[in-house]
Amino acid sequence: MALAGGGSRDTRGLCRLSLPGYFILLVTLLNNAEATSRNESILHGQEVEGGNRHPDSSKIHLSRSLTNQEERLSVFSLDYYHVQIPFEITLWILLASLAKIGFHLYHKLATIVPESCLLIIIGLLLGGIIFGAKERSPPVMSTDVFFLYLLPPIVLDAGYFMPSRPFFDNIGTILWYAVVGTLWNIIGIAVSLYGICQVQAFNLSDITLFQTLLFGSLISAVDPVAVLAVFEEIHVNEQLHILVFGESLLNDAVTVALYHIFKSFCQMRDILTVDIFAGIAQFFVVGIGGIIVGIIYGFVAAFTTRFTQNVRIIEPLFVFLYSYLCYLTAEMFRLSGIMALIACSMSMKYYVEENISMKSSTTIKYFMKMWSSVSETLIFIFLGVSTITNTHEWNWAFVCFTLLFCLIWRALGVIVLTQIINRFRKLIITRKDQFIIAYGGLRGAICFSLVFLLPSHIFPRKHLFITSTIVVIFFTVFIQGMTIRPLVNFLDVKKTNKKQPTVSEEIHIRFFDHLLAGVEDICGQWSHYYWRDKAKKFNRNYLSKLLIRDKEPKSGIVALYKKLELKQAIELAESGQLSKVSSSASLLNKKPQKINNVSPDELKKIKDILAKNLYQIRQRTPSYNRHSLPRDTNENQVKEILIRRHGSLRESMRKTTRAKQSDAVKNSPFSQPQNARTTTRPRKKNVAFTVGEDSNLETDSLQLDNLSQSKLRPSPRHQEACGMEWKNEVHRENDRSQKPNSFGYDGGGVGSGNDSRRRPALKKPRTTSDNLEHHYNEHRRSRQGFVEFSPDNWRAESACEEDPEVNDPLIRKPK
Amino acid sequence: MGSTPSLPAWEIRNLANTTGFTSEQIEILHRRFLHLTDGKTTMSKDCFDNIPDLDCNPIKSRIVNAFFDGRNLGLQTSGTVDEITFENFLTTLSFFQHMDDNHTKEDLEYYKNEKLQFLFRMYDTNGDGKITLEELREIVDELLSKTSNAEKTSSSIADAAMLEAANICVGQMIAKNPAKEQAINFWKAKPLCPGTDSLAGGKYELAS
Repeated sequence: MALAGGGSRDTRGLCRLSLPGYFILLVTLLNNAEATSRNESILHGQEVEGGNRHPDSSKIHLSRSLTNQEERLSVFSLDYYHVQIPFEITLWILLASLAKIGFHLYHKLATIVPESCLLIIIGLLLGGIIFGAKERSPPVMSTDVFFLYLLPPIVLDAGYFMPSRPFFDNIGTILWYAVVGTLWNIIGIAVSLYGICQVQAFNLSDITLFQTLLFGSLISAVDPVAVLAVFEEIHVNEQLHILVFGESLLNDAVTVALYHIFKSFCQMRDILTVDIFAGIAQFFVVGIGGIIVGIIYGFVAAFTTRFTQNVRIIEPLFVFLYSYLCYLTAEMFRLSGIMALIACSMSMKYYVEENISMKSSTTIKYFMKMWSSVSETLIFIFLGVSTITNTHEWNWAFVCFTLLFCLIWRALGVIVLTQIINRFRKLIITRKDQFIIAYGGLRGAICFSLVFLLPSHIFPRKHLFITSTIVVIFFTVFIQGMTIRPLVNFLDVKKTNKKQPTVSEEIHIRFFDHLLAGVEDICGQWSHYYWRDKAKKFNRNYLSKLLIRDKEPKSGIVALYKKLELKQAIELAESGQLSKVSSSASLLNKKPQKINNVSPDELKKIKDILAKNLYQIRQRTPSYNRHSLPRDTNENQVKEILIRRHGSLRESMRKTTRAKQSDAVKNSPFSQPQNARTTTRPRKKNVAFTVGEDSNLETDSLQLDNLSQSKLRPSPRHQEACGMEWKNEVHRENDRSQKPNSFGYDGGGVGSGNDSRRRPALKKPRTTSDNLEHHYNEHRRSRQGFVEFSPDNWRAESACEEDPEVNDPLIRKPK
Repeated sequence: MGSTPSLPAWEIRNLANTTGFTSEQIEILHRRFLHLTDGKTTMSKDCFDNIPDLDCNPIKSRIVNAFFDGRNLGLQTSGTVDEITFENFLTTLSFFQHMDDNHTKEDLEYYKNEKLQFLFRMYDTNGDGKITLEELREIVDELLSKTSNAEKTSSSIADAAMLEAANICVGQMIAKNPAKEQAINFWKAKPLCPGTDSLAGGKYELAS
């Protein structure tokens, strides 16, 4: 994303190059679209014309020869229809992805206009070209395609990565807005529209109340796709984000239920009270039923992953299969598929993440992000394409008033509801928040698809509805989407805090939870914390034992700690920039004062364990096996990079400390690892470390601890920070009768020049930390030796990235 | 004593003024207090054993000690008392009150500081005004005590936390006098500690 200035010229050149590419693509699509229009394909919504195929194929300039009389053997032939459907699908997806590349090359544009708008514009252009060339409407996105193929990945992605703690903290408010707010909107819009329709001058009097109710129910729903697309780029504070986003997800239950209810009401002759009660009951069934279905599938998925340790390679598949089945099941029963999917992914996530390997977890994340990104892009492009049609019916009054009422009722609803809910909340929702919530109520593709589902025989004015839906969607996505960022800045809405979670925060949060739960118990009052405590206990005692393989429920603190360690290790391995070193150097300039509360052997233990948890080594002979992941040859290189980087870090640190210190640098080698260093065995090439590969890090660390403690005979002083990481490289090879410190301490040394190219790199660390230990107070020194890592990385992570999520390849939507 | 002796009205008013609870809340709490103490006027530590849910709480002893900590009760001594009266009970509970915006800014700041001090004292078990690595380790141990983890992990977690703290305010963490302020500054400086905000903002509120 960050293209340097020098690169911009290249990129512009690239853009100019890619434009012809676009045109070629367009032309191909054109021809395909034309071919499509003659056939039935899934891209074809409403218009299916007669099947005269062959005469049109002559227009395609790559057509086969037209000699129908002779039956000569053709050397070269073309059979487009054979591959048509997959070919076109792939072309559409390719177009969407190329469009995405295109935007981010013009990154200035991407900051002003949200991506969703650009995609719609591209869709409009495409639709216009197709329309202009063919004098016909382009293929319209079919509702089935949308609901069955395009929407589930987005919702799954949203649910899987939903931060569960803020979500459940605010669940009351979210449900309040989603259910009551949507109902308010629906009734408000429907009734006021009906009032407008009664006015004779507007030529709308054939629209009944039920029709407006149905229309209201589909237009009021805030759309998760659009909200996600816009809010992800503006980075408001977490609470606000979760409120709007949670609302957009959970209002699906209301939407689905009411849509079906009103559609049935429209078709029924007379409405009995039984029907009304059935309607209300149906609403509850839809919502709660969806959630139950989701939870069931989630737990089944979690249970399945408990047994997948031998088939790691297909673990991600289970996650996706179960989620999709869950969605389809909910749709089958006419329940809320979105809520089912959210419930499924949220309930599944915790247990699945415990059971599957790191690689599977990464795979799942990447695939989810990829699919949801593609889906979203396709949705917006289709929105644009489908707009270009000659079947619009325009009625100024209806369209304008629809838009007006949508905005007014949303604003009113938010204000009134917030007044009420603020009485029950501790952290109240301020006016600015309210404004953003109201303003962020974007409509999107869900309404669009639902409006196409309206049965034409009851809705003679269907095209009017379609037109006004399109207008509302365009208005919200374009105008509101584009202006929300400047408004957020103008109103100075609290932005998200971009710091990394730290271990101490996690500790304190846990502490507060227990403290508040305890005080609640003392006072005999039940509240928030009580229920959360109960849920956690239930989880720990029953669910985790059932659904997690190793039956050891992990505390959140430990999980976070390990995650941070891993992240640090990965970050070290992937980076290599010395610029980060300078930040550590500046830290050292501050001369931290003496910290007198850490005893030396405790510090050693710290570093032991922390370092051990950083990496693990597996020794495997490489083999190709269809059912397991092949050994990464990169891992050796990664280790090299790591060592080099540490070496360079050490070096720079040593330079700065040297500059500060006036004492002579003593250079005594270590006595202890001498024996280890004298090994001359060549290192096995196939040893590599994997970071946290599929076993329980904790038990490994315990094993490591035992092994290293027994074999290394550590002396307190000499376990300096840098040498730390290599210690655990040791453990597994102990079994293989290598010298214990063959890896780590091999390089260190004073003059034992042997085969390893690591040797020089490690040499400096040895002496550097040695200097440190001699010249500072030992705590300070060791702390520095260690602090050099942590602020470096933790600070680097927060300073060198604008947004921790941007550089995280697992999160889509780079800015 | 009678069946449920209630406090005289003047005492309720007095308490309301000093602790900031409403009279309704004070009455509810008084009833609870009597229930816990079995009718006596003072509460000792074993009264808390009657609460079954509290036993599962990993930091139960800390919570209980917080009620008996002399510093929380405003006493000059830094030991623990053995018996507390209802007023002391209320004093400790008042740390959990929700501070709404009616107060002035200095007041809010003061309350926030008080709450943080209360929290600090919960961490600092030996009462020397400093949180040492050992104390932090104990806390992590307790928090993890319900899950079967080895101590090594918890101590390393505590150490990592301490190191983070060192990063955030290098040199300020623990040194000399006013150590408490340093630690509190550290806590305030720590970004995004929602728990602190919520405690300081008083996420806990009595429902009547």
